[in-house]
Amino acid sequence: MPELTYREAIRETLREALNNDNRVFLMGEDIGAYGGAYGVTQGLLAEFGEQRVKDSPIAESVLVGAGIGAAMGGLRPIVELMTINFSLLASDQIVNAAAKMLFMSGGQITVPLIIRTVSGGGNQLGASHSQCLEGWYAQVPGLKVVSPSTPYDACGLLRSAVAEETPVMFVEHSLLYNFRGPVPDEYYTVPIGEADVKRVGSDVTIVAHLRMVHVALQAAEELAEEGIEAEVVDLRSLRPLDTDTINESVMKTNRAVVVEEGWKTGGFGAEVVSSIMEHSFDYLDAPVARVAGQEVPMPYNRDLEQAAIPRPGDVVAAVKSLV
Amino acid sequence: MTTTERRLRTPTHEALGLTADDLLSMYTVMRLARALAERMWLLQRGGKTPFAVTAEGHEGVQVASAWALDRGRDMVLPYYRDLGVVLAVGMSAKEVMLNALGRAADPNSGGRQLPGHWFHAELNIVSGSSPVATQIPHAAGIALASKLRGEETVTAVYFGDGATSAGDFHEGLNFAGVHRLPVVFICENNGYAISVPSSKQAAVEDLAVRAAGYGFPGVTVDGNDALAVYGATREAVERARAGEGPTFIEAKTYRLAPHTSADDDRLYRSPEEVEAWRRRDPIERLRAYLIEWDLLDKRKDEAIGATVVEEVEEAVRLAEASPEPEPESALQHVFYEKG
Repeated sequence: MPELTYREAIRETLREALNNDNRVFLMGEDIGAYGGAYGVTQGLLAEFGEQRVKDSPIAESVLVGAGIGAAMGGLRPIVELMTINFSLLASDQIVNAAAKMLFMSGGQITVPLIIRTVSGGGNQLGASHSQCLEGWYAQVPGLKVVSPSTPYDACGLLRSAVAEETPVMFVEHSLLYNFRGPVPDEYYTVPIGEADVKRVGSDVTIVAHLRMVHVALQAAEELAEEGIEAEVVDLRSLRPLDTDTINESVMKTNRAVVVEEGWKTGGFGAEVVSSIMEHSFDYLDAPVARVAGQEVPMPYNRDLEQAAIPRPGDVVAAVKSLV
Repeated sequence: MTTTERRLRTPTHEALGLTADDLLSMYTVMRLARALAERMWLLQRGGKTPFAVTAEGHEGVQVASAWALDRGRDMVLPYYRDLGVVLAVGMSAKEVMLNALGRAADPNSGGRQLPGHWFHAELNIVSGSSPVATQIPHAAGIALASKLRGEETVTAVYFGDGATSAGDFHEGLNFAGVHRLPVVFICENNGYAISVPSSKQAAVEDLAVRAAGYGFPGVTVDGNDALAVYGATREAVERARAGEGPTFIEAKTYRLAPHTSADDDRLYRSPEEVEAWRRRDPIERLRAYLIEWDLLDKRKDEAIGATVVEEVEEAVRLAEASPEPEPESALQHVFYEKG
């Protein structure tokens, strides 16, 4: 099976969407000649031209707002916001407009809009380039929020997003772009709303999304050396949330650690814990543990930054506190 | 005006390509908007609706500008005050009242959205959320879509003067300028953003000057002169349709009623000021023009008034008799579902 990087998987799927449907177009800042802040759209301008790959003013609200308009006007825009931190400048358009247009029109109009954006820290880019805000958007009815951790999932989820009539926040992670993984030549999709067991285990369930899936997998390898078999559940979609897969795993392992890169207070992990308490309480042998980012704006200095982001050792320690 | 004078002059409406029937229809729609607004206040004061937002004083801008569009083909993004716009585009009095009462049959949203947030796909009326100016980027996007699809559709987007202080106004106009989109931006400048006067909203006298910064024309018109508004809008629509890009129209007008039922306008403006503007009522002005050119007389005017009142009362009666949405439908239309 061919291997692609996460970046290539997204690019190839964008290319496929542009080829398959002439209503699809890309819009963003630096996505043309520059090829995207993280190089995802490299080469697409040359291949598809300015009508399909539109560099637009660096103004997030109108990028999303015009995307909403174009979607209502019958096209299928894929808007790139350089990072999820900057999505706050468009948060009114995302939350008050994109998510609600179908409802506020009594079902008259859909907004088939994809907002591709980048979450997470670890690049030494400081406090307003390194946040994990996807959980905020997952709170809003009317939006779907996906967060692939592998090239396979990125391709499969993007294909599903392209077929959606509901607006989708497609959240990528800045440290995953060079991550390589298998992407089959045969067409497949990853349905939005389905979590994935990335590692099978019997002793504890570790739930994570985006880059934390890899942190959890690394922790699981360390734990295995000590005879603890962890099951790693990759959420893949935050909304709709696949509570079945989470709880089936917890009912089997009887223990759970919920990991997220973002802040703990009000973090998305709390939603996962809540689901476990609702559905698996009687199966738990220990309280559910949480591992999350430190409650601090992301520091610039490398050591300070590393201290603020969960590491495999933190997950290992959390698991050991339960077994 | 004497008969000789009349013979020597070309009436403004004819110069603009409007027939007498056009003008009388516009006048009737303006009166319908006024009558509906007055009835909405009664419904709200009487506890039948929780909220009212009306258009008294804005009818000239609203109806005349919408008249310049290819109604049914062009896209219209009204804001919450645009009762006159949606009537001109084809929404019925009954549909307006179904909206005010939030009934299941309301074509705008089936009782899901606040009244005045007009949405009627069949009539190409697209509206949005409540924060001001946020519909402006949508208009740019809709125009982008029509341009990319090679259609000759024009998109008209409406907003108040307060919206020109918001970021989305700048972002939307800049985007439309850069991509040379077929949009007409229509600002109904009534001098107040709810209670905050123009002097505290903008450091320029005419908001239209801002268009220069976006690379397209801006014009200021007397918003209470329906014919002037029609002329300016028609020109802008023609420019847009010819691929020459956007125009910003600032129509200066005045809101004769409070901002909404949640407002008390006595706190920020004097009765004398309101009275002075009442004497410049756009409906009275068009009526005077029609009489001047013998297109209307007292009897005909009274007949129009009676028809309008009848239409409004019929609309209220039908809307009140129309069923409320089923509580079981409360969760519909959050996510798209096939079928």
